Amino acid sequence: MSQAVVDRLDAQFGERVLESSDAFGDHEVRVALKDWAEVAQFMKDDVDLQMDHFIDLTAVDYPERELARFDLVLMMRSSVTGARIRLRTHVKDGEEPGTLSGIWSGANWAEREVWDMFGIKFNGHPDMRRILLYEEFVGHPLRKDYPIDKAQPLVPYREVDTIDKLPPFGIEEGQPFARIDWESRLAGGDSQVSPALGVQQGQRRTLSDSEAAQKIQARIEAQMAKQAEAAQASEEPSDEGSGE
Amino acid sequence: MEPADDLLNEMAALEISADPMRLNMGPSHPAMHGTIRMVIDLDGETLINLDVQPGYLHRGFEKSCERGTWSQVFPYADRLNYVSPMLNNVGWALAVEKLLGIEVPERCQYYRVILGELARIADHFTCNGASAMELGAFTPFLWLLKVRDWVWDILERETGARMTHSFGRIGGMAAPPTATFKDDVLRLIPEVHKVVKETEIMLLRNRIFLDRMQGVGVLTKEQALSYGVTGPMARSTGIPYDVRKDHPYLVYDRFDFDVPVGEDGDNWDRFMVRLEEIRQSVRIIEQAVEQMPDDGPINVDDPRIIFPEKSDVYTTIEATIAHFKLVMEGLRTPKGEVYSFTEGGNGELGFHIVSDGSGTPYRVRVRPPCWYNLAASREMLLGGMIADIIPTFGSVNMIGGECDR
Amino acid sequence: MGQLKVIDGGGEVAVTTRLSDLLQWARKWSLFQYPFVTACCGMEFMATAAPRYDIARFGAEAPRFSPRQSDVLWVVGTISQRQGPAVRRIWEQMTDPKWVIAFGTCASCGGFYDNYTTIPGVDKVIPVDVYIPGCPPRPEAVLDALMLLQDKIQANDRKPIVVPPRLVPERAPGRTGEGDS
Repeated sequence: MSQAVVDRLDAQFGERVLESSDAFGDHEVRVALKDWAEVAQFMKDDVDLQMDHFIDLTAVDYPERELARFDLVLMMRSSVTGARIRLRTHVKDGEEPGTLSGIWSGANWAEREVWDMFGIKFNGHPDMRRILLYEEFVGHPLRKDYPIDKAQPLVPYREVDTIDKLPPFGIEEGQPFARIDWESRLAGGDSQVSPALGVQQGQRRTLSDSEAAQKIQARIEAQMAKQAEAAQASEEPSDEGSGE
Repeated sequence: MEPADDLLNEMAALEISADPMRLNMGPSHPAMHGTIRMVIDLDGETLINLDVQPGYLHRGFEKSCERGTWSQVFPYADRLNYVSPMLNNVGWALAVEKLLGIEVPERCQYYRVILGELARIADHFTCNGASAMELGAFTPFLWLLKVRDWVWDILERETGARMTHSFGRIGGMAAPPTATFKDDVLRLIPEVHKVVKETEIMLLRNRIFLDRMQGVGVLTKEQALSYGVTGPMARSTGIPYDVRKDHPYLVYDRFDFDVPVGEDGDNWDRFMVRLEEIRQSVRIIEQAVEQMPDDGPINVDDPRIIFPEKSDVYTTIEATIAHFKLVMEGLRTPKGEVYSFTEGGNGELGFHIVSDGSGTPYRVRVRPPCWYNLAASREMLLGGMIADIIPTFGSVNMIGGECDR
Repeated sequence: MGQLKVIDGGGEVAVTTRLSDLLQWARKWSLFQYPFVTACCGMEFMATAAPRYDIARFGAEAPRFSPRQSDVLWVVGTISQRQGPAVRRIWEQMTDPKWVIAFGTCASCGGFYDNYTTIPGVDKVIPVDVYIPGCPPRPEAVLDALMLLQDKIQANDRKPIVVPPRLVPERAPGRTGEGDS
């Protein structure tokens, strides 16, 4: 059923369908960015396809891919035939795909979200502003280079000294394994360096980058320094004493 | 004409501003449905422009998923549509299982169906109850909540928690059904029928309720398709799309149930579609309880996916290593992309997963049904009056956790 | 209850009390809530107001959706950064005496949403009187919190407190088909 969609697109656009695949049972077709809006419009209007039910529009960030940083993925369904298809294109950082909000109204909010989370602007969109985050927010969180715990508070935090609370764990949430350290990976470092191994190998001081962890670490080091001093001070007389 | 209007015509010098008034229905919304902000331009009581601003409950689900392993997504997934958490759990488990290419044993499939339908019943209870309450009918809300507590009792007995169970696992469930599971469910069913009947008696012939729901918040079929509306909202406009029927998953193709479809696309249709769906869910549960095998494995028998038995972990080296790898690295999935969709409480709940072959998800995208439902709500509200926002918004069933993720 | 002293004097009964004790007693049994409901905890909040757990028997079931008319700000659910100014503004608009209950772990400390978009606890924005841990907390914990708040109101105590866990959870009454109550 969905294979028919792929075949129809092949027949209509020929070489402009750059790639088609069937992995995991999902039919997918890839086109170039310049053909994006045209293929989408065709899918809606064509009598055989009638992809009138908008399903989803999203993006994926591949910062390590040289060709194009983002993948833009569109999913549609036909309420007449029941067929489903996934349309994909590659978007370079800074390129602006044409908007699909004139074709399906659902694309309006989907594209606003892609702008908010990834920073991909859509050409011709009637209302390109942030939707999930606030206008004062700087950056695009779902990009891999945005650290997850970088908060930008609108209301400055007040000092909470009335109750004893543990600080948040920070980026690792207290679990140093099964984490991908994107910061070091993008900087060219070892991608699976778990912070615990990093501490062991001397690459970092603390498991967590959070302020509270730095403070605790500083306190521990001060304590250890004091103990070392005390040990040295008590050793010298015993060294003289034992004479070994 | 009102006498006051006559007076106005005489007093030609009286100037009344004709500018539309901008009103903010702020993020703290009395309609206990979550947190949404609407900036409305009003001409008298009529809405001439409306800007729906979601995102006040954005909790960074998609980014958080990229931080842990595949199984660590379950607690986050639970809190998506938090009135029917079991459906999200099942949806996520099915998505990763599609990526892995495995199918869970039959007993588990029935178990997932029954728990999922119980969650759907709870969802529709809450939605319809809250809708009624916002219109002033407090009693049906309390009655529906009474039965919802009984549904949650069953879920608590099975999973350990009333809501947000985190009970699904990739390749099975966290625990097998308890010994009294089937009896509990069968004992609940007449209570569900009773409370639905009571709600109908209370509401369906109430003039005020009918006036506020019928003909209000109309959404046409074309608008629904264009916005990507699915679920009870789409079915109320006449689109007969239900993922359980059109793309059956788990064992839904073995059950005989109907899909209620409305005609007008107004609030009334949405209310009635949900009420009918409760009955159909009960039908599914009855058949599932009958067909569910009483013994058999719940989890897939594959140590690369499911934790081995604890007794084996402590005694054999293979199980220890399998356990270690599953915990430390996460479940290893093949590289690729998959989009898996199920029928959530509000419509097509889809998970678009990108895997880079490791134990950590590369990208998890939730296709939230009520995101698009909410986008379509603008069409339903424009041209109506302020008071129509309340029942319309209630019937959209915008669950903040799912909408804003 | 408060410090009400009953003087029994020859057939006549006179009651002496300090006025503030009486006021606090009246306040604690008639709390008007402002349910600032955002997320999943809202479901348990509704369940606490529902017939089984019945917050009405504490006199606290009246929600007033205006900060001017309410006493207790129930912060129920996750507070995102975008929501922060709204919570702050609403708290500022409430008239004294006012109390704040942080319902759930997200409101108490951010929960497991340790990311760019969640305020790690609403007490970073407004002062909180009672913290209810739980994700979501059971309605019994919520009622515990309400009773703790009532004790604090009676004793005029503003020190924040976390609801302690109970070792033996109370059995839910009135299960369908079962005889217990």
